[in-house]
Amino acid sequence: MYRIIRKKVLAPTMKLIEVEAPDIAAKVLPGNFVILRIDEKGERIPLTVADYDRKKGTITLIFQEVGYTTKHLGRLEEGDALLDLVGPLGEHMQIEGYKKVICVGGGSGTALLYPKTKAFYEAGAKVLTITGARTKELLILLDELDAVSDELYVTTDDGSYGHHGFVTDILKELLDKHDDVDLVVAIGPVPMMKACAELTREYGVKCIVSLNAIMVDGTGMCGGCRVIVGGETKFTCVDGPAFDGHLVDFDDLMRRLSYYKKHEEEVLSNECCSGGECKCH
Amino acid sequence: MPLKPNKTPMPVQDSKERIKNFNEVALGYSEADALKEAERCLNCKKPLCKQGCPVEVPIPEFIQAIKEKDYEKAIEILKSKNNLPAICGRVCPQENQCEKYCVMGKKHEPVAIGRLERWVADWDLNRKKEVKSIEATKGKVAVVGAGPAGLTAAADLAKMGYKVTVFEAFHKAGGVLVYGIPEFRLPKEIVKREVEYIKQLGVELKLNFIIGKTKTIDELFEDGYEAVFIATGAGLPRFMNIPGENLNGVYSANEFLTRVNLMKAYRFPEYKTPIRVGKRVAVIGGGNVAMDAARTALRLGAESYVIYRRSEKEMPARLEEIHHAKEEGVKFKFLANPVEIIGNEKGEVIAIKCIDMELGEPDESGRRRPIPKEGSEWVMEVDNVIIAIGNSPNPLVPRTTPDIETTKWGTIVVKNEDGETTKEGVFAGGDIVTGAATVIEAMGAGKRAARAIDQYLTNKKIM
Ligand SMILES: Cc1cc2nc3c(=O)[nH]c(=O)nc-3n(C[C@H](O)[C@H](O)[C@H](O)COP(=O)(O)OP(=O)(O)OC[C@H]3O[C@@H](n4cnc5c(N)ncnc54)[C@H](O)[C@@H]3O)c2cc1C
Ligand SMILES: Cc1cc2nc3c(=O)[nH]c(=O)nc-3n(C[C@H](O)[C@H](O)[C@H](O)COP(=O)(O)OP(=O)(O)OC[C@H]3O[C@@H](n4cnc5c(N)ncnc54)[C@H](O)[C@@H]3O)c2cc1C
Ligand code: SF4
Ligand code: SF4
Ligand code: FES
Repeated sequence: MYRIIRKKVLAPTMKLIEVEAPDIAAKVLPGNFVILRIDEKGERIPLTVADYDRKKGTITLIFQEVGYTTKHLGRLEEGDALLDLVGPLGEHMQIEGYKKVICVGGGSGTALLYPKTKAFYEAGAKVLTITGARTKELLILLDELDAVSDELYVTTDDGSYGHHGFVTDILKELLDKHDDVDLVVAIGPVPMMKACAELTREYGVKCIVSLNAIMVDGTGMCGGCRVIVGGETKFTCVDGPAFDGHLVDFDDLMRRLSYYKKHEEEVLSNECCSGGECKCH
Repeated sequence: MPLKPNKTPMPVQDSKERIKNFNEVALGYSEADALKEAERCLNCKKPLCKQGCPVEVPIPEFIQAIKEKDYEKAIEILKSKNNLPAICGRVCPQENQCEKYCVMGKKHEPVAIGRLERWVADWDLNRKKEVKSIEATKGKVAVVGAGPAGLTAAADLAKMGYKVTVFEAFHKAGGVLVYGIPEFRLPKEIVKREVEYIKQLGVELKLNFIIGKTKTIDELFEDGYEAVFIATGAGLPRFMNIPGENLNGVYSANEFLTRVNLMKAYRFPEYKTPIRVGKRVAVIGGGNVAMDAARTALRLGAESYVIYRRSEKEMPARLEEIHHAKEEGVKFKFLANPVEIIGNEKGEVIAIKCIDMELGEPDESGRRRPIPKEGSEWVMEVDNVIIAIGNSPNPLVPRTTPDIETTKWGTIVVKNEDGETTKEGVFAGGDIVTGAATVIEAMGAGKRAARAIDQYLTNKKIM
């Protein structure tokens, strides 16, 4: 069992938990993720390690409640435990060798972006960070990002905070202003990553994205997480999750993410009407 | 009393009923059946049956004990060589192993060794008993992977007095036995109880632990393990590299079976992992994995087709499974090979295009090589395609342990039968060495490696 020792509500549907996992904390690097299962009947879901404390033996996860499992996870409290937690999985991100990096985070993708932003900053790169959300309440980690960025830009789709518009608006401005950017890291909803990839292609700037394919094992044994990169099939869990955004087939990824839509809705509605674990009865 | 020429039949669930559930198909002998079948064994002076068993089960001896109704003795004899008899009795391809060599088989049907083994093992599982854990005095050994090879090695090493830790990537022990082979062929409760037995021997299981990620082999040595046995299996799914393989509705057999077996998607939404099966499913391949996928799809409500590029004779699946699949209504398309999977605008599978094949000269495997017949393409409407054309070795451990040599197929190179690798103190066995094979061969490898590890550590201490 993996105990939750700290919980923080970052935004109404965005939660942070710190979990005891000494073996994972000892090895994890920015870009790695874990797979967890809450209980015996639960699904295995991947979450990025947002932060870690090797001394304390803990890892921090930040997640957005989008469906059954993440909502269930959001209801756990300090002292509760996860049944299964495995990692660190995936290839960690190459951090060294960059001088100026733009980090772009959208929605919960900002949580995934944070450890990478921090790593680039600590490695001595100049870091320009853009984070965006639909509305003010959904913005997360602004102070944390500010502390590890040379410049921080904030956008909201509805204009309730910061720039009124999309993260790509700012990305374009920054690319126009700085001709010495050697890397853009974009993490967020698939359409956002796709837009960032297309924009950077125009500028001839390398763009790394982190893909959120549906996974089962996370060790390369099922092929369920396969994505098309540069015309070739890759397994997100072992070859990624970070890939060259200019080569990713985002439309294919979007299609694959929608395959279980009906099941996802069923499991949610089922839970709420049967007086299940949702505590709504 | 004249000898009965045929095996005592095994009661099975009716095929019309069983395709509606995931309960075990073969129901097992009653005591009377077992005694009747045991009588068929000639207790040969030269029991040829033994040479067909990779773990050297003393076959006539345990059958003799059944005849004497001394079941305690029967299970003791079995367990002296086989740590997982309830599993082997169910899934060994006996027709190619022990039963192939049985003397009775020359004129009549061989003795149903597997069914007897299963009966004794089930008798044992169903009684209350205490297993004495053996005091571990001899040093620490790490086993990587809790499939049949790893579990066997761990149990044998514990019996010899080693402190054994098994590291397993998944949240459950058993390897293919829990994620691959379906409930209706091997109930997970049986695997659980056999794993329980191994734990009672004093073996520690560390689940959710991936060697190569959570820790490397070198770090295991730093932690004080004196030898390592790698039994990580052949878990990497092969695809065919034909157009349409990424469409929604195309599963590798591994993913399909893992969702259904390990994650219990057949009980969705009670269990939260989904599986999506349409009206008609095509399974590509002809081995046990293909049979399992086809029969699983059937139970999930689909019409199920197996597409195999050679003829029925060449199918590598166990005879019993082919027989059961046919009984249940799985349809076979022999001498056909897919060339393309066709999708709709939503990116979902709607059909599969195949080409007819004919058999040419035998290839390296000794089976006649299938050759496509030009211009013979045909299209069949399907909603899912499950690819069961085999698995490759799992690359995680070799990739993070560069001093372990591998072949060009990714299997680990071993110097001898004992499974010694090119790295000192590291042994390997099972599918990671042989490529996808059988449960019992993996167990045999685990057994030999356990003996070799004991030898290695004993010698090391003397020197
Ligand atoms: C490597 C990796 C790292 C990830 N890290 C994080 C993280 O740090 N924080 C976080 O909030 N999320 C992260 N995700 C996404 C997270 O795994 C999914 O949100 C989660 O699996 C959804 O499960 P659910 O049961 O709550 O929702 P479901 O009921 O399964 O899905 C609800 C909705 O979410 C969509 N969805 C389903 N699976 C995914 C998925 N894998 N990614 C995105 N959308 C999905 C569905 O299309 C549907 O619209 C990561 C995904 C991957 C592959
Ligand atoms: C669907 C299916 C049906 C089959 N039917 C039969 C049958 O009827 N009869 C028969 O004899 N054979 C059958 N086989 C073949 C048989 O199951 C295998 O040959 C056998 O399981 C191999 O055993 P193993 O111990 O080498 O590996 P596996 O059973 O594959 O076990 C390997 C274990 O190692 C774990 N692992 C992998 N990498 C790591 C790592 N880096 N760190 C930690 N753990 C790791 C895996 O999660 C797994 O649990 C079938 C196979 C399949 C897939
Ligand atoms: S373990 Fe398998 S091969 Fe050996 S005797 Fe039993 S059924 Fe036959
Ligand atoms: S060869 Fe057949 S008949 Fe002879 S001892 Fe073995 S099982 Fe019995
Ligand atoms: S999640 Fe199964 S191969 Fe990646």
